[in-house]
Amino acid sequence: MDLTEIFKILIMIVMIICAIATNLTKKLLTTVIIFMSYSSLMCILWILLESPDLAITEAAVGAGVTTILFLVTLKKLGHTGGNEEEKEAGHE
Amino acid sequence: MNESFLRWLDGDDSYFDQVLDNSFDEGPSRETVKAERKAMMSAIVHTPRHRRAVAAGNRTMRYLYYVVAVLSAVILIGVLLFCVSGLPRYGQENVRTNEVVERYIEHGLEETGAVNTVAGMILDYRAFDTLGESNVLFTALICVTILLRRDRKNMDTRLEDYYRIVQDRYFDTSGDEILQGVGMVLVPCIFLFGIYILLNGHLSPGGGFSGGAVMGAAMIIFCGAFGFDRVDRVFTRRLSGWITFAALSFYCMAKGYVFFTGANHLENHIPKGTPGAILSAGLILPLDLAVGIVVACTMFGFYSLFRRGSIGGN
Repeated sequence: MDLTEIFKILIMIVMIICAIATNLTKKLLTTVIIFMSYSSLMCILWILLESPDLAITEAAVGAGVTTILFLVTLKKLGHTGGNEEEKEAGHE
Repeated sequence: MNESFLRWLDGDDSYFDQVLDNSFDEGPSRETVKAERKAMMSAIVHTPRHRRAVAAGNRTMRYLYYVVAVLSAVILIGVLLFCVSGLPRYGQENVRTNEVVERYIEHGLEETGAVNTVAGMILDYRAFDTLGESNVLFTALICVTILLRRDRKNMDTRLEDYYRIVQDRYFDTSGDEILQGVGMVLVPCIFLFGIYILLNGHLSPGGGFSGGAVMGAAMIIFCGAFGFDRVDRVFTRRLSGWITFAALSFYCMAKGYVFFTGANHLENHIPKGTPGAILSAGLILPLDLAVGIVVACTMFGFYSLFRRGSIGGN
């Protein structure tokens, strides 16, 4: 087993952790960020599997545009935790 | 259900009138409202009956939720693992294939002229699928436009003022110096990379969708850094619509020509060129460009519609 294999398995383990964490986190903003890191890891994995075209698409769509759309929607709904009421609700 | 909402359902008056009036009133201060709400909530929550109801409802629903969630996850994982176990190992020799795959691999280069076999597949053998995908994106953009677009026909002028005051200032990230500095350096590079992927779709990995997505992302970064005003000067809604329309109809006509000549055994006049040159592979390069333009416009259109409800200036 060479280094690339070990690296691949490490990435896959972290991806599984990310996938579970996406479901279990309470705050929506955290969920979106974890989902983005999942996409970025997937992008590295595509490169290791020798399909760079998928890696480019994953980086642009999965990690980039989807995350931005999620963030814009969350901000419109007021779930980013940026305003005072959210913070106070979190402390209670 | 509050009364004004019911009246609005009956069509007596506009529900938003009252919402707007309330939002512009000075009214009681924020602290008073918050204290009142807190007192009310604690009064409700602390009645023993409510507590019991919540606990019972929570318990049953929680157990049901966990059981169903775990079950469906396990079933899904099982099905996926079963399917994956049927695939050949990565890099295995002598894989049993069907004749379609062999045809693609053995005759792909001479029949399509594309060095990148994947591009040859999706834009030549299966170009009809790709046309469908582009149309799906375009349809999605139309649906988002119908739902989220704000214009004179779609909204009250007072509502527009409300949104402009309450939301746009709050969401505006343009004018941030860090964003602008990073954008100045990154946006041209990302744009060049996207164009490179588009133009080399038939030679190297990538193609219409990847290149278009990268270009769309670059446009989104530019828009976030420099604001919508700068984008509106060049990229209006009308222009975006015409570009997408032109790209899609070019795709239809080009592929229609190929399908027509192919089905009737006529001679195809589009030259294949030498494989490996930038102007080769017949129609694949122009089709790549068309798909890329549709994807880039759609990506930016999504962002723009989500952010403020319209693409470009009107």
